[in-house]
Amino acid sequence: MILAILSGFILAGCTPFISKFIKGKGSLLLPLLPFGLFVYFISYLKEIGEGQTFKFSYEWVPSYGINFGFHLDGLAMLFALLITGVGTLVFTYTTSYLKGHQYLDRFFGYLSMFMASMLGLVLSDNIITLFIFWELTSISSFFLIGFNNDDPKSRKSALLALSITGLGGLFLLAGMVLLGFVGGTYQFQELLSQSNLIQDHASYGWIVGLIFIGAFTKSAQFPFHFWLPGAMKAPTPVSTYLHSATMVKAGIYLLARFTPLLGGTPEWNTTLIIVGAITMVYAAVHSIFRIDMKGILAYSTISALGILVFLIGLGTEASLLAAGVFILVHALYKATLFLITGIVDHETGTRDVTVLSGLSKVLMPVAVAAGLAALSNAGAPPFFGFIGKDLIYEATLAYGNWAVVLTIAAIVTNVCLLFAGLLAGFKPFVGPLPSNYAALHLPHPTMWVPPLILAGLGLVFGLFPSLIEGVLVQPVFSSMVIEGAPVHIKLWHGFNLVLGLSLLTLTLGVVLYMILKPSSLLFSKTLKFEMIAPQTLFGIFGKFFNAFARFWTGLFQNGYLRNYVITILGFLTILLAYRLYQGVNLYIDTAQLTSLTIYEVTVAIMMIVAIIFTVFSRSRLVAVASLGVMGYSICLIFLFYSAPDLAMTQFSIDTLTVILFVLVIYNLPKYKNFSSKAVRLRDAVLSIFFGSLIAILTLEVLAEPLNRETSIFYAESAYLLAKGKNVVNVILVDFRGFDTMVEITVLVIAAIGVFSLLKLRLKSIEKE
Amino acid sequence: MKTIIFKTASTYLLPLLVLFSVFILLRGHYLPGGGFVGGLIASIAFVIHSFANGLEQTKNLIKFHPGFLMPVGLCIALISGAAPLFIEQSFMTGLWFENPIPVIGMVGSALFFDAGVYLVVIGVTLTIIFTISETL
Repeated sequence: MILAILSGFILAGCTPFISKFIKGKGSLLLPLLPFGLFVYFISYLKEIGEGQTFKFSYEWVPSYGINFGFHLDGLAMLFALLITGVGTLVFTYTTSYLKGHQYLDRFFGYLSMFMASMLGLVLSDNIITLFIFWELTSISSFFLIGFNNDDPKSRKSALLALSITGLGGLFLLAGMVLLGFVGGTYQFQELLSQSNLIQDHASYGWIVGLIFIGAFTKSAQFPFHFWLPGAMKAPTPVSTYLHSATMVKAGIYLLARFTPLLGGTPEWNTTLIIVGAITMVYAAVHSIFRIDMKGILAYSTISALGILVFLIGLGTEASLLAAGVFILVHALYKATLFLITGIVDHETGTRDVTVLSGLSKVLMPVAVAAGLAALSNAGAPPFFGFIGKDLIYEATLAYGNWAVVLTIAAIVTNVCLLFAGLLAGFKPFVGPLPSNYAALHLPHPTMWVPPLILAGLGLVFGLFPSLIEGVLVQPVFSSMVIEGAPVHIKLWHGFNLVLGLSLLTLTLGVVLYMILKPSSLLFSKTLKFEMIAPQTLFGIFGKFFNAFARFWTGLFQNGYLRNYVITILGFLTILLAYRLYQGVNLYIDTAQLTSLTIYEVTVAIMMIVAIIFTVFSRSRLVAVASLGVMGYSICLIFLFYSAPDLAMTQFSIDTLTVILFVLVIYNLPKYKNFSSKAVRLRDAVLSIFFGSLIAILTLEVLAEPLNRETSIFYAESAYLLAKGKNVVNVILVDFRGFDTMVEITVLVIAAIGVFSLLKLRLKSIEKE
Repeated sequence: MKTIIFKTASTYLLPLLVLFSVFILLRGHYLPGGGFVGGLIASIAFVIHSFANGLEQTKNLIKFHPGFLMPVGLCIALISGAAPLFIEQSFMTGLWFENPIPVIGMVGSALFFDAGVYLVVIGVTLTIIFTISETL
């Protein structure tokens, strides 16, 4: 299992080395990986259908309770099959779509990385690994959206998508950690048994809120939806794979997965219903005003995601079943429509529905696939979409007092979605064929076969729902509803209200399609509302944030060493002063002090004189030399109080420091007074304060009872354990050898820094 | 600063100081000293030489770029730390030869580690000082 998940990462890691192979004929071999995985998951289908689940566990960070725990049940199975199945088709499609692209290898690398992270996400049992895979999907999505990295718009969209989903990811992490903290474990299956405990806990509201933000950002729910239309800048295979079939459903997966654990409370249900309903209606209405095929599909995807959130929010058995089925329905028809958009774009060079028409005459199989998908999307019998929509209406109608409102919302959404589907899947293929498209010819079969397969499945599942009822729908349902009745899905329910509503939707949608012609005029009218759109608000927030960050950084990171020192010392002074204000514990035992010797007095006088010279000298060289004298005096003090190691090191360091100073000073302009009297006074006051505080602090340390445990340990163990008599050295190279190792590494980095800074500058000067 | 006395003295000082620095390095485990101080002393020796005879002379004397010592030293330190792994002990366990070697005394992995530190310090100090004096 772990190999199945990691294989995508392994392939992604290999792509740079086999790039020639991929760009040549080798690309046709790549779809074999998702296909192999697809077959692998299919092999578990029978057992899953019988109600079994599979657990795989590998240790990772046992001390924190994080392991690679994988759990394969119905819900995970549905997503795994979608990921690998649609993945196979998208990989195949890409071999033609991006044929000859100079970064084809990179693209496949990102794509397989994404596939692997997505698989890891849906299979993870441990909620921390789930989060890690969640973030990996965001990151791989960032690379895929920004794949055309020479286009500034593409880069901007990628950044927007990453910042929204990444931000949501952080909230999700907080939610997960809190959940693990409350539940006492990070294993989802173990958490499940403590559902009641968690729901009664005081932090329940926080957990739910944080997880919601994570799920809403990922699944493009209002008001975080706006990154998804932008993400359509990505190449079409990416839009198909990530932004319709799999990644955006990660949030839905999360909600479905957590329903048995956190669901069933008013907080959970009401929030989801409201957010889902707003999203589905808002986006559906938006979608009918678009003229770009991808834009239409983007908004209808958001709307479909809204429906899913809404259904999960209803939380009844009927609605969860509807959600499970609709995930599959939507993936099938939406992926098809996206792939078709890609073909149309690839062949004609435009995605504008007002221009496109009559393409069925030249692209017949594509038109067939598009027609099938549009019908499944419309929910026309006998398509799978019909079953999906029936289930939705059944769910809303059964929802108590609010049934009427919710059903109307669902109808409005479905009518708009139907219209959008016809616009993207039907309109470009009917009518007269413009003369400039007459020369078009069918692309390579690797491009038009995948959408045909997907669209065909939409019809097959509709005609024979029993194909997936037992093996897939039932297990999916059981993972969301722990003790539910056995489900049964069928095409024909007899003449009832649901059928009436379905027909009403169909009629209204077709009528709308007849009346409302897409035009750029209509589209431009919607742009007037951009002012109050969440996207604009988010942009304003971003600008403000940026400005504040710049101000803040400029305030503290102003590039002047003196200001840094002042800030650090000033802050420390305030901190220390506050600490000392609370009470000073000064106690000096005069009896224990040894009497002053003549050389101690001499050294002290030397130091004072050196300080006076350093501060008041008018020559740099004198100041530096006095600093050196100061250092050497400290060396002497070390020596008096038996720290020869320190003295030696200090001595060498001081020598080198003076040498460095002299080297630099040699090249500085003449000594001048740049600072005003006031500034110097300020610096003097700060220095005096800081120095006195440190002095008081040092004296205070003396008052503390001395704890010699550490030094005794080192003194005793140095020879026994490390065979050394010089304790200082033994600590450096043995007891704390690892520290030393890191320190010398840091030294090397500093040296490389100095070297590259100075040498690079020199080179650029030489060039000029 | 190219006085004759300084120049002549530096020619003798260089080998003496380097020898002294090695001495400091070797005695580190028992008496004051060690790789860090040893490295600093050796660097001072080279810096004095460069002051007296000019940077080019010193560079010619060393033959290779002092920065080269940094990775070498790091590798020696790392290998001496990793050596215990091969006999299934944890990272940085002190290993010692059974018998003392004449002149040097007891030899163990700690000494090699210290030698690594010694080389890194020389490399870092000389790289920084040479670069600055060359560029400015």
